[in-house]
Amino acid sequence: MFTDLDPVFLARVQFTFTVAFHILFPAFTIGLASWLAVVEWRLLRTGDKIYEEVYRMWVKIFAVTFGLGVVSGIVLSFQFGTNWSVFSDKTGNVLGPLLGYEVLTAFFLEASFLGIMLFGWDRVSRKMHFAATVIVAFGTLLSAFWILSANSWMQTPQGYEIGEGGIFYPTDWIEIIFNPSFPYRLIHMVTAAYLTTAFVVGGIGAYYLRRNLHVRHARVMLGMAMIMAVFVAPAQILFGDFHGLNSFEYQPAKVAAIEGLWETRQGAPMVLFAWPDQEAETNRYAIEIPKLSSLILTHDWNGEVRGLKEWPADERPPVAVVFWAFRIMVGLGVLMALTGLFAIILFIRKKLFDTPWFQYWCMALTPAGFLAVLAGWFVTEVGRQPYVVTGLLRTAESASPVAANQILPSLIAFILVYLFIFGAGAYYILRLIAKGPQIEDEVFGAHGVDQPPIFTDMASEKGGDHV
Amino acid sequence: MFNFASFLDLPLIWYGLIATAIILYVILDGFGLGTGILFPFAPTDQCRDRMMNSIAPVWDSNETWLVLGGGGLFAAFPLAYAVLMPALYIPIIIMLLGMIFRGVSFEFRFKAHGRSRKLWDLTFHVGSLTAALMQGMIIGAYVQGFTVEGRSFAGGAFDWLNAYSVMTGVAVVCGYTLLGATWLVMKTDGATQEWARRCAAYVMWYVAAFMGVVSISMPMMNPDIRSLWFDYPNYLMLMPVPLLTACLFFILWFDLRKEREYRPFFLSIGIFLLGYLGIGISLWPWLVPFAISVRDAAAAPTSQSLLLVGITILLPVMLGYIGYCYYVFRGKTSHEPFY
Repeated sequence: MFTDLDPVFLARVQFTFTVAFHILFPAFTIGLASWLAVVEWRLLRTGDKIYEEVYRMWVKIFAVTFGLGVVSGIVLSFQFGTNWSVFSDKTGNVLGPLLGYEVLTAFFLEASFLGIMLFGWDRVSRKMHFAATVIVAFGTLLSAFWILSANSWMQTPQGYEIGEGGIFYPTDWIEIIFNPSFPYRLIHMVTAAYLTTAFVVGGIGAYYLRRNLHVRHARVMLGMAMIMAVFVAPAQILFGDFHGLNSFEYQPAKVAAIEGLWETRQGAPMVLFAWPDQEAETNRYAIEIPKLSSLILTHDWNGEVRGLKEWPADERPPVAVVFWAFRIMVGLGVLMALTGLFAIILFIRKKLFDTPWFQYWCMALTPAGFLAVLAGWFVTEVGRQPYVVTGLLRTAESASPVAANQILPSLIAFILVYLFIFGAGAYYILRLIAKGPQIEDEVFGAHGVDQPPIFTDMASEKGGDHV
Repeated sequence: MFNFASFLDLPLIWYGLIATAIILYVILDGFGLGTGILFPFAPTDQCRDRMMNSIAPVWDSNETWLVLGGGGLFAAFPLAYAVLMPALYIPIIIMLLGMIFRGVSFEFRFKAHGRSRKLWDLTFHVGSLTAALMQGMIIGAYVQGFTVEGRSFAGGAFDWLNAYSVMTGVAVVCGYTLLGATWLVMKTDGATQEWARRCAAYVMWYVAAFMGVVSISMPMMNPDIRSLWFDYPNYLMLMPVPLLTACLFFILWFDLRKEREYRPFFLSIGIFLLGYLGIGISLWPWLVPFAISVRDAAAAPTSQSLLLVGITILLPVMLGYIGYCYYVFRGKTSHEPFY
């Protein structure tokens, strides 16, 4: 059964699905942890209860997303071995220590202090609780540091030598960790995570304002989100551009696919829209702006940009995916930067919090960050193909000796289970949003109705909510 | 490039470190999984709230030890990782799916009411049971050895599935149940504690029986293990392991009768440690029994050296703050004051 299916193809689909599912949660929790730390810092500084109520609402959403991120992340730590054992064997000497450092420095830090962050509100001092939030936020950033270092090494490997049987041996750890694309990728990804969170928080704030609910809390949410949109969204476009120039230097085939350029030429045009045809090695229905690609990539109207035909057909990435994913990412980035521009104009006119069209606009952009992050990862990962370690190890030669009739059922099981828990997670998050921030007196008033779960069995038969 | 290979036995140190990570996982997540296995049998919903509350603040960091075990294996013994994972493809995937259901149950159950709460009660139990069963079956498959050719697994997809691995699967389910029950004896009081104590007193006989079966069957299946344990003078040196285990079982039985609250949990941990030690002694020096040794599977010395620096510095720090987090949530789950 299923023996006619290609196991490598199935393994790729399974990895794409599980990693794409996973990335949604860190993309949100990296930003949310940092934002919660800022909110709690405001609480400590001002003593304004509004910040506590905002914190307590969002920390529940954080708990759900963090939980989903943890369980989907455990899967990944095993999947390198179950589905990509040849890759694990060959690159283990280099990538193993990086992932090991991620577990040692980040995962335990996050997981341990998360317990205090969620359940410790009445068990530790205010300052200790704030410290726990900061530590969790710091842990998410450390985690991003190591995992992006490992990924970047696969994109732009250096500091290694290849021994017998194609096994990689490290020769210089500094070169490995700080490989050429790493700083760009780290900044681009962390900024993306911050923007993802900002647009979710801002979208929910806008929703409350539109419905005239929790207005004071909503102003905090939308206001802080717009600070990010104003300052960070334009910066992100700049960071993305630097990252692109770095790719142009080290992974020119990827950039050629992004640009949809088949021929090497001076004064290469910018292809705005087209349908790249891999077989015919050409673009259909192309709309181009002359010479703009050369200007962006080489800072010269007539600079040379290498086209895809420079590489043999079996060394080119799937062009259409990279081409379109890039345009989706950039389009969303432009919308985010526009949001910041609108926010400035409305702020100057003192209408930031009561402009209906802008509230709808922010609500519509709530998922923008997630989509942009996914699209960006499709650009960088598909753009590296057919290699898993650029130029050195092909994806097709990295797979485990596991047959298709094992992978197909596991793939189906992952899809069904993930859809189910994602649906449930989304449902509970939406309910938390519908419930909104709880005013302090109701939560911890004289009635003592809603206690942290550690006490729920004493407080009520039905149990309670987080924090 | 620093390299400690000239004055340190790196593969041996890393074998010890990964073995430590795995046994810490087994003990720490063991009582969590055991609590999940016992979950639907608790007398009341209030008991169930209390059970879940007792592990909610720590389950996440407990499961991180599994990530360290898996990640550490990848880092320090990539060859073993690359052979074992495909060989155990199906049980590992099923275990992971079980852990997914179990992990999300914590968050979702706190936010659910009525019938949907029952759903998360069920996923919590089934997820914990599945994960425990698969871990036990993985151990059963592991001690029977793997077929290896060159640098990869060459056996069949269902090599791991046989009567012996089913037996070890059930054995680990019982073992985790004992850990969970004694954990609840320590962390709760009143009706919940009473019930947990009865569960512990009941399941400990199964654990003792299964440990006996495994201790006898492993030497019978493999002549090397037989000579290791039974040849003179080895058995004089190794005899303390089974004797001490028997002692711990006896004290546990006595403590549960005397209604002691704290010691049973630590005795159960001791029983797990000794069982683990027994398996470790039997299988040395194999990392992939009986095909790849600890030394053959070792990563490059520079790789092992780099991570060793980190773990030497960070492990005490980690144990410190993990201990602090347990300390914050110390005491009986139900003895907390009202606010």
